[in-house]
Amino acid sequence: MSYKEYKTIKNIKGNLLFVEKTHLVSYGEIVKIKVGKDDIRLGQVLDTSKDLVVIQSFEGTSGIDKTASIRFLGETMKFGLSNNILGRIFNGRGLPMDKGPEIIAEKEMDINGDPINPYSRTSPADFIQTGISTIDTMNTLVRGQKLPIFSASGLPHNDIALQIARQAKVKDQKEEFAVVFAAMGITNEEAHKFIKEFESTGALKRSVVFLNLANDPAVERLVTPRMALTAAEYLAYEKDMHVLVILTDITNYCESLRQMSAAREEIPGRRGYPGYMYTDLASIYERAGMIKGKKGSVTQMPILTMPGDDITHPIPDLTGYITEGQVVLDRELHRKGIYPNIDVLLSLSRLMNSGIGATKTRDDHKAVSDQLYANYAEGKDLRGLVAIVGEESLSDKDKRLLKFADLFEERFVKQGFNENRSIEQTLSLAWELLGTIPSDELTRISTDTKKKYYKQIKEE
Amino acid sequence: MIEERTMETKQIGEIYRISGPVITAQGLSARMHDVVRVGKEKLIGEVIQIIEDKTIIQVYEETSGIQPGEVVENTGLPLSVELGPGLLKSIYDGIQRPLPELEKKTGKFIKRGAVVNSLNREKEWDFVPTVKNGDAVEGGAIIGTVQETETIVHKVMVPPKIKGTVKSINKGKFKVEDVVCELESGEKITLMQRWPIRHPRPTKDKLPPEIPLITGMRILDALFPLAKGGTAAIPGPFGAGKTVTQQSLAKYSDAEIVVYIGCGERGNEMTEVLTEFPKLEDPKTGKPLMNRTVLIANTSNMPVAAREASVYTGITIAEYFRDMGYDVSMMADSTSRWAESMREISSRLEEMPGEEGYPPYLGSKLAEFYERAGRCVSLNDEVGSVTVIGAVSPPGGDFSEPVTQNTLRIVKVFWALDAKLSSRRHYPSINWLQSYSLYKNTLDPWYNKNVSSDWSKLNDESMKILQEEEKLQELVQLVGSDALPEKQQVTLEVARLLREFFLQQNAFHKTDAFSSLDKTKAILETILWVADKAYETLDKGVRAKDIVSIESRNKISEAKFDEDYQKVLSNVKKQIEAELKELVENI
Repeated sequence: MSYKEYKTIKNIKGNLLFVEKTHLVSYGEIVKIKVGKDDIRLGQVLDTSKDLVVIQSFEGTSGIDKTASIRFLGETMKFGLSNNILGRIFNGRGLPMDKGPEIIAEKEMDINGDPINPYSRTSPADFIQTGISTIDTMNTLVRGQKLPIFSASGLPHNDIALQIARQAKVKDQKEEFAVVFAAMGITNEEAHKFIKEFESTGALKRSVVFLNLANDPAVERLVTPRMALTAAEYLAYEKDMHVLVILTDITNYCESLRQMSAAREEIPGRRGYPGYMYTDLASIYERAGMIKGKKGSVTQMPILTMPGDDITHPIPDLTGYITEGQVVLDRELHRKGIYPNIDVLLSLSRLMNSGIGATKTRDDHKAVSDQLYANYAEGKDLRGLVAIVGEESLSDKDKRLLKFADLFEERFVKQGFNENRSIEQTLSLAWELLGTIPSDELTRISTDTKKKYYKQIKEE
Repeated sequence: MIEERTMETKQIGEIYRISGPVITAQGLSARMHDVVRVGKEKLIGEVIQIIEDKTIIQVYEETSGIQPGEVVENTGLPLSVELGPGLLKSIYDGIQRPLPELEKKTGKFIKRGAVVNSLNREKEWDFVPTVKNGDAVEGGAIIGTVQETETIVHKVMVPPKIKGTVKSINKGKFKVEDVVCELESGEKITLMQRWPIRHPRPTKDKLPPEIPLITGMRILDALFPLAKGGTAAIPGPFGAGKTVTQQSLAKYSDAEIVVYIGCGERGNEMTEVLTEFPKLEDPKTGKPLMNRTVLIANTSNMPVAAREASVYTGITIAEYFRDMGYDVSMMADSTSRWAESMREISSRLEEMPGEEGYPPYLGSKLAEFYERAGRCVSLNDEVGSVTVIGAVSPPGGDFSEPVTQNTLRIVKVFWALDAKLSSRRHYPSINWLQSYSLYKNTLDPWYNKNVSSDWSKLNDESMKILQEEEKLQELVQLVGSDALPEKQQVTLEVARLLREFFLQQNAFHKTDAFSSLDKTKAILETILWVADKAYETLDKGVRAKDIVSIESRNKISEAKFDEDYQKVLSNVKKQIEAELKELVENI
């Protein structure tokens, strides 16, 4: 095949190249930029007209001068896929970076994907056991859901993600999830840790890893999650697998989006992020789901760090409007040495109710969750009061709730990095904690349920 | 107006420039808002700007892979919807392509360039003429009917702007494109017509909002009523019970047709609507609610330009049914996503931004849209209405942002959903202190005439008590309820009765889900009667703490769940009277 090649760069600005050309170039087409002898970089067409194209370089523009040659490949960004992608590590634009062989593609797919017809979706309703008590009982993840982790810098979100990737399974099924892991803008050190962890637990053989490191070009970050999701869709809908996609860190992705938007001199929206950020994020998150008549599914756990711990910042805010809930990490719990530091009061799973209950988890699940919420919320409020009036002036009931809040954090929230609790274990543990409260104060649980599970623990 | 345009020859041009969903074509002589087919794949686009010899087109589908130089073909028609039998029960995308048909055509994922008819071309409908040969008909006139679903009769109308004398009209089975009636002038009328979505359908007259849309929800009917043809906004913070409220409105309000638009929302949530709605039963007929529903679904990852069009598609369909004389309620969830799609397209056009990057015309676009609501006399003298209920999703819950502010400036009713109430299991979780209705004054005469002459008086009184409660609660937090004056202790209890037995309503209970106006009034009247009696007893020297703990007071709640609420209430009244009397005697 003959490619058109040009040496007609007119302007270079940020990561953008403005190139004059004579033949017709498609929107979204991939280009190779040849700098010097053997430095070949990838780019994509952002704007095309009769005589000028704007190209975004995925690998930066430093070192590029007006003599660099541009070769238009005549096709949009595609990813060559086969079964052999499992167990492999790719860089942020889908090239193998482990020492394995090249992937011989069985199918090439456009990385932008197509939107799922809402009529063709089925409602997610299968309980996923993550082995983490606070998620399983109170913010249940279901197959086909997109449930982000809202974290902040310095918190152990990566450990939590790793633990979920390792432990996630559908109840009573042997089959484990295939994990597609996409890292965007993380440090070399973190990447190393992820790979080591994947290798040591044997999870790597059922994983596909994409790594865009902090020193990789920012624009490449815009491609990485789409590569990952294309791989996930392939495994889910062509190979009937259940896929868990972990995307970290969405904040870095959005920073890149803003950077590219600024380079294109677009009109900025809130806090300088482009006005289309909602749509752009939706085109990533909405690729989670289940489809009628397909066996596989795509479940997403994007991770984002809230700048300045601010949950109203555009990134968590827009994310929250697209995803079905959120798991929020808390700095105070982290300081207390509690891992995983999940703040159940701020967290929410909007699809929880369809994934729990007698046939899916256990008949008491909903009631236990409601009661834990209520007691912990009250106990936590009382902490504020105690700081003012002292514990002595509290009623016995309040004292019990105060103690409950401590117990809840120490025993229920806190668990080991390698501790995999089944939903039965978790619910039993919850009943143990509820046993410290007299039966008639557990107003969210029906008498029948209490008869079946409740056992009061007498204080010594 | 459309008919004139179809006479034009089609124009061909070519693509000059592509930037995301915005395409520039040259050599095309199109008019503003004409629909064009772009490129080899014939993507659907709409002309949004004309600059010298260049035409700027917004494309409703993904544009990657499209090249400059590809053909752009002008259809000569503005972006239109197909109106005719078969609309009801349909599930459409933002530009009226039926989603089940798209699935048949392109599979589980929506591929671009798919062309499907909005209305089924093969299905035959039983047409019964209502005019005869020689009758003079005008635009909008009803010439016959089709039983579209078990519950709804579709009235076939002459398209606006056509008039003449009927030359022939036929009874029998017809497909939507078949000619059922021919005029002397040669005009042929089919079961189906088209209408451009950005133009309101013409009417003869707009009527003042004097008749309430009866929702069966006590808090709405009594305190924050919405008029037929009115506009309302609901903000939808996470987990505040927006979905339940919308479904209750769809099921129980006395609108005959429901148009629901999912605009830029979650795919899984939309699926829930698409699977739930067909299962819902119409409480009035016992038939599926879908028989009188049109759903439009454009999720957040579907093309942004189609999202922008979806609300217009919806309201045009709503207007069409209004013209038949039906009361239509239209829900748009969420108008914030719609506004964002305008912002996105505006920034692609490199327009000067207004507040927070939204285009400066945001306010006027919102106003234009809401203005299409109304109770109208249609061209055929039927009276129908379109009531618009728009959800807004302010980012970060900040009501000062432009979309919420511009919306509140236009709509007359605000139902403030409150996440705190819903977490306390108070349903419907509509905050009675933040909500308002500007229709109250215009609707009160109707209520006073049709329900009871003291309707507005009762409502004002109850609002006063609820407002006083709010103030008293602040005091209680500081000093405890025992320290309040006796009279105010009684007021607090009355307010509790109002909240729990009047405002709260169980949307899933067979009887409580719909409260007739008479029932609403009866419960309210009883509670206020209790208040009067309680104050009287207090004046006779009985202690407040005895009055507020009489046993029979909580029995008012039974009236909510009983068909024979009158009997329950009169019994409760007797019991309360007896208990209070006993208190007086025992002083």
